[in-house]
Amino acid sequence: MDAQLEIQLIAAVVAIACAIPGVFLVLRKMALISDAISHSILPGIVIGFFITEDLNSPLLILLAAVTGVITVVMVEYIQKTGLVKEDTAIGLVFPALFSIGVILIAKNANDVHLDVDAVLLGELAFAPFDRLIIAGTDVGPKSLWVMGSILTITMGMLFAFFKELKVSTFDAGLSAALGFSPVVLHYGLMTISSVTVVGAFEAVGAVLVVALMIAPAATAYLLTADLKKMLVLSVLFGVFSAIAGYWMAHFLDASIAGSMTTVLGLVFLTVYLFAPSKGLIAVMYRQRQQRTEVSLLTFLLHLNNHEEESERHVQHLNEHINWQKVRSETVLELAEKNNLIKISSDIVTLTPKGKEFTDLALEYIITNKDEHIEHMKDDFFLFRG
Amino acid sequence: MELSEYFSQLFSDYTLRTITMGTAILGAICGMLGSFAVLRKQSLLGDAISHAALPGIAIAFLITGTKDTNVLLLGALVSGLIGTFWIRGMVTKTHLKSDTALGLVLSLFFGFGMLLLTFIQKQPNANQAGLDKYLFGQAATLVEKDVTLMAIVTGICLVIMLLFWKEFKILLFDADYTKTLGFNTHFIDILITFFIVLAIVMGLQTVGVVLMSAMLLAPAAAARQWTNKLSVMIVLAAIIGAFSGVFGTAISASQNNLSTGPVIVLVASVFVLFSFIFSPGRGILFKQLRKYQNRRDLELQKTLQFMFDIAKTHENISHPHAILILNNFQGYAKSTLKELEEKEWVKVKGQSWSLTSKGYDAAANLYNNN
Repeated sequence: MDAQLEIQLIAAVVAIACAIPGVFLVLRKMALISDAISHSILPGIVIGFFITEDLNSPLLILLAAVTGVITVVMVEYIQKTGLVKEDTAIGLVFPALFSIGVILIAKNANDVHLDVDAVLLGELAFAPFDRLIIAGTDVGPKSLWVMGSILTITMGMLFAFFKELKVSTFDAGLSAALGFSPVVLHYGLMTISSVTVVGAFEAVGAVLVVALMIAPAATAYLLTADLKKMLVLSVLFGVFSAIAGYWMAHFLDASIAGSMTTVLGLVFLTVYLFAPSKGLIAVMYRQRQQRTEVSLLTFLLHLNNHEEESERHVQHLNEHINWQKVRSETVLELAEKNNLIKISSDIVTLTPKGKEFTDLALEYIITNKDEHIEHMKDDFFLFRG
Repeated sequence: MELSEYFSQLFSDYTLRTITMGTAILGAICGMLGSFAVLRKQSLLGDAISHAALPGIAIAFLITGTKDTNVLLLGALVSGLIGTFWIRGMVTKTHLKSDTALGLVLSLFFGFGMLLLTFIQKQPNANQAGLDKYLFGQAATLVEKDVTLMAIVTGICLVIMLLFWKEFKILLFDADYTKTLGFNTHFIDILITFFIVLAIVMGLQTVGVVLMSAMLLAPAAAARQWTNKLSVMIVLAAIIGAFSGVFGTAISASQNNLSTGPVIVLVASVFVLFSFIFSPGRGILFKQLRKYQNRRDLELQKTLQFMFDIAKTHENISHPHAILILNNFQGYAKSTLKELEEKEWVKVKGQSWSLTSKGYDAAANLYNNN
């Protein structure tokens, strides 16, 4: 296998391994825990490196993962004392641990084959040079084996505990009542996240691991509300950005991890803007539509309340109903298109259909069942606002 | 250079004086504005903004080609603000929660920034930007011009803070009430956020993008433990911030090969740890002591009440009873009896105790006068 292909393969495996725990972190509103873990494992990695002298040693990964879990415990302990708010607790713990790691590296710069750049960016480009040799035969890059095993464990856990994870993520109370301890699942997830972060650390560095965890999940979350689909989508986004990122880095002659993140950012931005129902444009369009339709309803109720012609003159609308956000023209046009009103010599009159709609709407508003209004709109409107 | 040497040269050496002034001012402004971030539960916003500033620095360098700090920091300010408003947009317009939004902006902007940095490093004609120092900070690069800028910005922040003191304070503690009073909460909110971004950007050169958030949080979190008053907290946070800045710089200058950022953050963390443990009102140590004291008081009162109930049934309240009967009672301990004796509420004679009249009165009023 040539080095280019191997790098892409490692990048893709790292992306998948990060995306899976990332989905659960995003859904559990703990996205920033991944940031805290990825920073605070640094002292664990450095100390582990002093002991094992090998960045891919399982012992080092274990040590560093323990540091990650300790961080979570520390954050939770500080939160429990109530001395500071919960987000401050995260913000205090990980910079302190990360600083210790950076200082340890700086003080032992000569002995440690680790520099601060590698900590932030990883060294994906060099990954194929560190081979795993079993009984004299070369079986592939070490980091591919490490990440592959981590991914296998993660997948195994995911399939074995999918139901439990799902329940405890969406309803911790129900999960506890059913006998799946949310605490055990919480720390299980934290452990898996820590191990994954440590494994991915060498490839993509401390900060970008966060992007690989959160961004695919957040992108998928904008597109679907189904957990299984979300998992599949985030894995796809992860793999796509890994491969596209590799080629972008290849052409720009820049950091692979940096360009993977940039691709992820572009994918997220696209989905954020254009997602069918939850994207920014869709949301803004819907809000505008609702604003017009609420104004239309107000206008119809006004017409219904007034028999006298002076109140129903087109010119009067601007004065009487003070619409700042919606132009009265839009509303009039919409009402007329839907056959709710008739305009004859600048006097607006409700049509029988308009009268019927207004009465129904009024009834719904009085009985306070506003969720029915959407069906009503579907029944009466040929055109939406 | 030894630490003591650093401080002895402080007044004679021009460079050292500039650096020390710079880090002191920086620590002060971070502590001041960090107090708002901590109290508004925006602690991690600082983390996201500082990371989001990185691409701004790189783009400013790519466009202008200068290494002038002010230009680069202007770029950082712009991209930090874009990051901040994107976070707000995500939280208000989509169903993504604030933690996801913060994490996204933090990591995506930073990744893009790192891409640009590595791209710049490979450029043949780039005057080897030295943009790396913005990652972990290098206080030694501070020159008088930077310090002057910091001082001016701090001065402006201070004046505006004093002008809007009432508004800032009320928005901090009761946003809804502020709105009903007719203040433009949106404007005040943006003003505070803008200042937080500004403080972060000022610190990038000294502390670096990666650890800047801790510089903002730690002094404020430490100061919070010593007081419940906003003005005192801000002053205290500014002092702690200034001290961390100066000490951190001194330590990192006296060692080889040590960026300032991590050292300053560690010094500030020591302040936080000390405050968490030893602050008299909220600290863990005194809280534990108070808890212990309360438990003892409660046991004492329970024992006294138990004795009172027995003594009540006798005509002579000081009729002696065996200590043994107290053993059936859970709150009893030898030390409790001793303490009761010291207060002259009971008399112990051999293996029996008797309530004194003073003790009887105390027990009768136990639940009345508290």
